[in-house]
Amino acid sequence: MAFFVARRLLYLIPVLIAVSLLTFSIASLLPGDLAYTILGDQATPENVAALRADMGLDQPIWWRYLSWLGNVLQGDFGRSFRTGQTVLQAVVERLPVSLELMLLAQLGALSIGVPLAIVCAARSGGPFDRFMTGSAFAMLSVPTFLSAILLIYFFAVELRWLPATGYVPFAEDPAANLRFMVLPALTLALAEWPGIMRVLRSDMIATLQEDYIALAKAKGLTPARILFVHALKPSSLTLVTITGINIGRLIGGAVIVEVIFALPGIGRLLIGAIGTRDLIILQGVVLLVGAGFVIMNFIVDLLYAVLDPRIRHGHA
Amino acid sequence: MATLELDVAEEAVTQPVRKGRRLGVLFWAAVGWLIFVFAVAIFATVLPLPSPTDMDMLERRAPFSAEHWLGTDGLGRDELSRLIYGARISLVVGVCAPVIGLVVGGALGMLAGYFRGRFETMVVGSMDVLLAFPPLILALAVSAYLGQSIFNLTLILGVLSVPAFMRVARASTLTLARREFVIAAQALGATHARILLRELLPNVMLPLAAFFLLGVAVIIVVEGSLSFLGLGVPPPISSWGSMIGEGRESLDVAPRLAFMPAAAMFLTVLSFNLVGDTLRALTDPRQGAL
Repeated sequence: MAFFVARRLLYLIPVLIAVSLLTFSIASLLPGDLAYTILGDQATPENVAALRADMGLDQPIWWRYLSWLGNVLQGDFGRSFRTGQTVLQAVVERLPVSLELMLLAQLGALSIGVPLAIVCAARSGGPFDRFMTGSAFAMLSVPTFLSAILLIYFFAVELRWLPATGYVPFAEDPAANLRFMVLPALTLALAEWPGIMRVLRSDMIATLQEDYIALAKAKGLTPARILFVHALKPSSLTLVTITGINIGRLIGGAVIVEVIFALPGIGRLLIGAIGTRDLIILQGVVLLVGAGFVIMNFIVDLLYAVLDPRIRHGHA
Repeated sequence: MATLELDVAEEAVTQPVRKGRRLGVLFWAAVGWLIFVFAVAIFATVLPLPSPTDMDMLERRAPFSAEHWLGTDGLGRDELSRLIYGARISLVVGVCAPVIGLVVGGALGMLAGYFRGRFETMVVGSMDVLLAFPPLILALAVSAYLGQSIFNLTLILGVLSVPAFMRVARASTLTLARREFVIAAQALGATHARILLRELLPNVMLPLAAFFLLGVAVIIVVEGSLSFLGLGVPPPISSWGSMIGEGRESLDVAPRLAFMPAAAMFLTVLSFNLVGDTLRALTDPRQGAL
């Protein structure tokens, strides 16, 4: 196991370096001079030259990358030239919103997807299974912004049960916070339950054909006990991967959903930074999000090896 | 484009049908819808349609009528015409971007799966890096700098689709490279280029083509999301995504302005998914694989 972890860790380093390199090139190599962007149209050549020297923009590109990376490794991601906020402050301020959204969305998606998958697998090929498999397939073709519009139309415009946009911090008013979070979380959950259900269902059908399930049946165990106790855990390997990848993906904020429902999360921060050409914020946040995704994948790999001994022995 | 896909469908389908596997009504309904959408999109300029950009401020959000079959939008523009011209954008971007992914990703994947070793590690690693970025953010950032245009949008989405195609191509190549016909070709002294092009490519092409259709569905959604945010194709060009975005403003007075492009998009994406998934199931020997 230690060898497996070490091998995966060793692989992590070049990937993280490449992520930082790509982030830096996106922000640096694309057209547009940061000094001009900051100073605006009124900039005189002397001002621009002075600012460039001040920010180190006149240095060669590899040197700028190395000094940026050096700062990042010391925890200094830079400071927005528009708001004066540091990247870390901005992220810490917005992360709770995105994390809460992600957590609620995952809970929602799992509580729709897992029971459906179990019921479908228990009677695979039956009318309910075929209906649900078909619905899951159709749901995969519904973009999130589309289900967001539909949910807003029904629950906010027609029924007036829930607010369409807005946000209140959880610490301020938990009930109001949850009311604002219901529709965005439901939107994401609707997009994610089909994947969860399809994966768990097909793994579960495979597990139910194993000999030990036949033995459990022969012993006279109830179907519920067989499904939930004997079949669920060995079937949930792929489910762990899917959930892990979803979590990693949503660390970057569900951009579309945050924009539609006006939630002040990481996704909105990024959109804002793109809109105002706030390069420092953009490259800092993209780096953090990318690194978060890579590390999340690493954790999933480890979890996988913990759950299934064959992987750590087979590969290592 | 439509004819090309039909060829693929027929080729892939002939053999299993003989085995008695039916494609079903849904499959043919999906194919029919796709042919219809492609046809109206291609012949949009020939069809007797009002201009999609002419505004008529006296006829804002007009209901269905003989003059405007599907009514008008918030600026008095003909809704049906905008839907059809919007289909052009979704289809052009949706088909061209995965072509980039198919060519680049397919080539990289085949080379990686065939030659293995250090090259494979490098390719897989760099794709992991690309996958680490939130795709929408990457697309937004790059299009914010390169400028909004259909060409840039297609290019970015194409690059973003490379890793997925690479994985499919590599996985098929890995299994195929161990098969007897490849070993026989190697034993006969065939060059690497010949084995890759004559032996492997025809076999890798089938799963890639099925995956291509699924890729089109994904790209149409991403293009729609970008245009929905107002960051896709620049106005006044209509795209399904931007029409849904505009319709969202009048959800309380005229929800149909959002629902009609939404329905068009859903049906098209669903059709691509259905056709692609059916072909994938036919070309994939593993039953029930995701």
